[in-house]
Amino acid sequence: MNKESPAPILDRPNSYVGRTLSRDAAKRAVAGRGRYTDDINPARTLHAAFVRSPYGHAKILSVDVEEAKQQPGVALVMTGAELAEMCTGPWVGTLTCFDGMKSAPQYPMAVDRACWQGEPLVMVVASSRAAAEDAAEFVMIEYEELPVVIDKETALDPDTPAIHPDLGDNLAFEKTIETGDVDKAVAEADIVIEDTFTFGRHTAVSLEPRALLAEYDPGTERLTIHTSSQCPHMVQAVFARTLGLPEHNVRIVAPDVGGSFGLKIHTFGDEIATIAASVKLARPVKFIADRLESFATDIHARENRVRGRIAVTKDGKITSMDIDIRSGAGAYSQYPRTSVFEANQILNITGGPYAHENYRASTQVVYLNKVPTSQYRAVGHPIGNSVGESLVDQAAAACGIDPMEFRRRNVMHDDSYPRIGAAGIEMRDMSHQQCLETLVERMNYDALREEQEEFRKKGVQRGIGIAAFIKGTAPGPSGYYGAGGAPIATQDACTVKLEPAGGVICMVGVTDQGQGVDTVMGQITAATLGVPIESVRVIEGDTDAVPYGGGTYASRATAIGGEATYQAALKLRAEILEIAGVLLQAAPETLDIVEGHVVDKGDTVSRISLAEIGRIGHFQVFELPNHVQPTLSATHRFRLRDALYIFTNGIQGAYVEVDIDTGFLKLLNHWVVEDCGRVINPQLADEQVRGGCVQGLGGALYEECVYDAAGQLQNATLADYLTPMAGEMPDIEVAHIQTHTGVSELGAKGVGESGTGAAPAVVMNAVNDALRPFGGKISSQPMSPETILKALGKV
Amino acid sequence: MKAPKFNYVKAESRSHALQLLDELGEDGRIIAGGQSLMPTLNMRLSQPDTLIDINKIPDLGGITLDGNIVRIGALTRHVEVANSPVVAEHLPLIAEAMPHVAHHAVRNRGTIGGSVALADPAAEMPACVLALGGTMVVESVNGSREIAAEDYFHGLYETARETNELLVELRIPAKKTGDISVFMELAQRHGDYAMAGLACVARINGNAFEGLRLVYFGSEDKPTLASKAVSAVIGQAWSEECKEAATKALEDDLDPMANLQGSSAMKLHLQKVLTGRALDTAIERAEAA
Amino acid sequence: MSEATMEISLSVNGEQVARTVPVRQHLVDFLRTEMGLTGSHLGCEHGVCGACSVRVDGAVVRGCLMLAVQADGAEVVTVEGLTQTGEVADLQENFVNRNAMQCGYCTPGMLITASELLRDPKPVTRAEIRDHLSGNFCRCTGYHAIVDAVEMTLNKRLEEG
Repeated sequence: MNKESPAPILDRPNSYVGRTLSRDAAKRAVAGRGRYTDDINPARTLHAAFVRSPYGHAKILSVDVEEAKQQPGVALVMTGAELAEMCTGPWVGTLTCFDGMKSAPQYPMAVDRACWQGEPLVMVVASSRAAAEDAAEFVMIEYEELPVVIDKETALDPDTPAIHPDLGDNLAFEKTIETGDVDKAVAEADIVIEDTFTFGRHTAVSLEPRALLAEYDPGTERLTIHTSSQCPHMVQAVFARTLGLPEHNVRIVAPDVGGSFGLKIHTFGDEIATIAASVKLARPVKFIADRLESFATDIHARENRVRGRIAVTKDGKITSMDIDIRSGAGAYSQYPRTSVFEANQILNITGGPYAHENYRASTQVVYLNKVPTSQYRAVGHPIGNSVGESLVDQAAAACGIDPMEFRRRNVMHDDSYPRIGAAGIEMRDMSHQQCLETLVERMNYDALREEQEEFRKKGVQRGIGIAAFIKGTAPGPSGYYGAGGAPIATQDACTVKLEPAGGVICMVGVTDQGQGVDTVMGQITAATLGVPIESVRVIEGDTDAVPYGGGTYASRATAIGGEATYQAALKLRAEILEIAGVLLQAAPETLDIVEGHVVDKGDTVSRISLAEIGRIGHFQVFELPNHVQPTLSATHRFRLRDALYIFTNGIQGAYVEVDIDTGFLKLLNHWVVEDCGRVINPQLADEQVRGGCVQGLGGALYEECVYDAAGQLQNATLADYLTPMAGEMPDIEVAHIQTHTGVSELGAKGVGESGTGAAPAVVMNAVNDALRPFGGKISSQPMSPETILKALGKV
Repeated sequence: MKAPKFNYVKAESRSHALQLLDELGEDGRIIAGGQSLMPTLNMRLSQPDTLIDINKIPDLGGITLDGNIVRIGALTRHVEVANSPVVAEHLPLIAEAMPHVAHHAVRNRGTIGGSVALADPAAEMPACVLALGGTMVVESVNGSREIAAEDYFHGLYETARETNELLVELRIPAKKTGDISVFMELAQRHGDYAMAGLACVARINGNAFEGLRLVYFGSEDKPTLASKAVSAVIGQAWSEECKEAATKALEDDLDPMANLQGSSAMKLHLQKVLTGRALDTAIERAEAA
Repeated sequence: MSEATMEISLSVNGEQVARTVPVRQHLVDFLRTEMGLTGSHLGCEHGVCGACSVRVDGAVVRGCLMLAVQADGAEVVTVEGLTQTGEVADLQENFVNRNAMQCGYCTPGMLITASELLRDPKPVTRAEIRDHLSGNFCRCTGYHAIVDAVEMTLNKRLEEG
């Protein structure tokens, strides 16, 4: 904890900050009163369904929609070519910050060529979804199948065809970074370990699928779009620009969002088509992705092969790490966030917790005839952490040093910040040592090792895993989005207003998808202003109401939006005290606000209530001298300055049991110690970590989008794409170290992805710990029973 | 996705259902619990002309002990089977298998007849019925017939039931004194279809198997009786060598189909592991009894 | 083929209703579109996720795996009905206090499924609670908090007899 807080007002006794409070949205959810996009049904709403490519790659020879148009209830059938005519131009999913990156132009629906199975080709709009699907069966399309590129390893081979001939080859992006001198370190090392890791393709599987309701009013030319989105302002810009509409005429409302995980920071062609239909028909048009099309169209992620190498001295000091990544993207780079962030992030964070000074990382991202890939919770971190932490474990084993002790010797020291990390990025305000020692305590590490030994004697194979991590949260403006040319805000803003009756309205650009962002902003506002939490109403998710912001992505809501809220509330507080000073004929600095009342500092007796100030400030303004012009509203906009990210850190522990005859796993315990800086609401922070862990465990154990050689997705149902369910998941113990970030006064860093980022690494290390006596080792995820049996040489 | 258009008839009685089946032929499709049919309708993978709903037929459900036969009406819900004292006492194999069948909500609605009629090769009930030497009673407008489980399961979702026939009852021999049964299944997540599974019924004398039925599911195209593995075990004193011989012989009984869950080799390996475990357990249970 | 429809009458959350519905419409689409009961959610429409769980004649079922016409004559209870009667008010309170949901999309299905465990409360382990909820997908919480909330409610009910 920092000695002198730059935000002492938040550290007061009984502060709302640092306290568990329940969420209003939760009360609504338990009563079935949530209001998701599909729950909104304006009169005369039409429903869209899509004809999608049945092939991984095919030329579209002809499209005949005449019979489809004749079907009952059909209002519109639109082809890709017709939609393209309504667009200002194709999307090109590149950012200037990624040197040399290339991507093919992409229209919202394919015009003459389909490049992945599931790509939208024709939209049918009808009186009901069922009627639209009925009519879609009458759309006749002639295809000529084209060769598919499915294997990322051969995608750059000279005899592999380029998916987009104009690009010349299938390379989207390549990059190498190096610090220090890896070759020298490797040459001089006592022990060098090499391994190759592979990771399956995942998708987000938000329980509420993508959903959009577009309502165009031809009178005002206003377009109102309710959509399940994390980033209302970004989608406003993308939708408006793609369809050539003035951005200020497009209102985006994100009502309750049924899970997002990064999926809903993106925009999709079928969404553009739905909006175009509403503009064309001047009627509300709704598109709710069903689960099958979710699998075949929602962004995918995580398909990577990484070769890694670690060099160490025999007394257990890491001297270098280097990795080479082959990342499998989809048929296009996802617009506007691209499909290369993941590889770039692996390169940024692998081996991140450690103090070695020699690091090299290179990546090649290649196009495949699969669903486009992009950001999904903890972008790149599950991969980078799995690679780095597995190499560290293997090195520890080679040195004969306990893996906890090995990490203790190598993590960056808590007193060494600010410093430059191995990847050349500035790190500050971190606590690897403190987290590690806390984990040792929480796991009761030594006793657990003894217990493991006891079980081994009984023929029960248990493994203990440890994985330290860093996590890039809350990206700054100098790095990628704004600087890269995309209409994605890295700043965020808050407006806080005192209403006439003393209520406080807090409007934020960051959004809530169930994390409790609104609750957290309410707590910051109430604590800063000195008002009861019940008097604060937080508004988010409506571009008509809230100040412009980036929304919620990359664990930024509290770190960025929270600081904006804190500063806005401070400004409003100052104005309230100034007005109170005038009314009370007291110096503002002698006054304070407690529980909605202005008091003398150090006292609790009300001198004037905020309700009274609100009343005077709005209605009885004549009571104030002319030079006082109350606004009772303050806006603050916050951005990072030089930092690329606010890096957080932590460490996870896992205890698993492996049935070495069947390859089945049992997850026994899971621990997380992480440092997200100031914790605003402990329960909400804990639950972000727990949910994040299980999302990571799903990927480590079960999840994979499986393609066959023809580019057909083999498991596009929830019965075949296995997600983690209650029966197999462990209880998860969470602890926080709170090293406030120095880049804001609030001191909060991101927390939403820390569980996901390292859970796959820790469970893979635990499994390998169990397999080690048998000479087995896993380097690929998901770790299916077959993977484990193969590692043991049993299959 | 939304289901395609179809017609729907609620069968009021058994005879009504049989008449509809006869009239509609290939165009008719029976819906019982619907827990497997409804997903395929919602995904437009099946497009029947007419659904014949048998849920309201009054005399198609229920569990009774009739001499040494347990009679289970085809429309009996999984939950009723799971909670039945008759099943617990006389068909302990099925009682042991029941928690593996999907999830609570699905067991509340799904029927044992539906499971047997569908003949999913990874499902629990077909394997149990075969292991227990049960008989399926099917009816048509032409009358009724009984089909032994050995003759009933033909292949992937294929059975001996004709298009115009309705599965009305399962007749399963009640456990005889001294019978031991063991049910084992490997699924990655609770309630998933089996990656490998085994329904085992045995008679044990001392340390030796006198009688044994091993039915494997989740690996072949239908629940499969293993004869070679059984031959390797019968009459022998149970031992590690015997176990090895049985699992070796199993290679001649099974030829697993690879699927998304794993390769043929892995499935065979898992069935072997289950065989050893199930027979160990059978011996333990016999000793305990 | 033209759209086949059928008249049905049933009890929804204690209210007797009659409607003519397309025979292909599943129960949750009926509840959501015809009755305006949007508490039951669609997450997969193939019977895996459990978000559509409703109670039919006293038993929790997948609402997407049952046709509306099959509910003719039945008593259907949704999360709205469960809320109205107060049957699971304690569970709902514990869900809120324990933050046993984030996005809330799975919550109605979880509550309806858990209610079956609470109706005739018996001492159960956490593993048994997990098993009972194993057919309901939650992508947000990791389940720990949900298990806590159900366990707290169950223990309280057992304590109070």
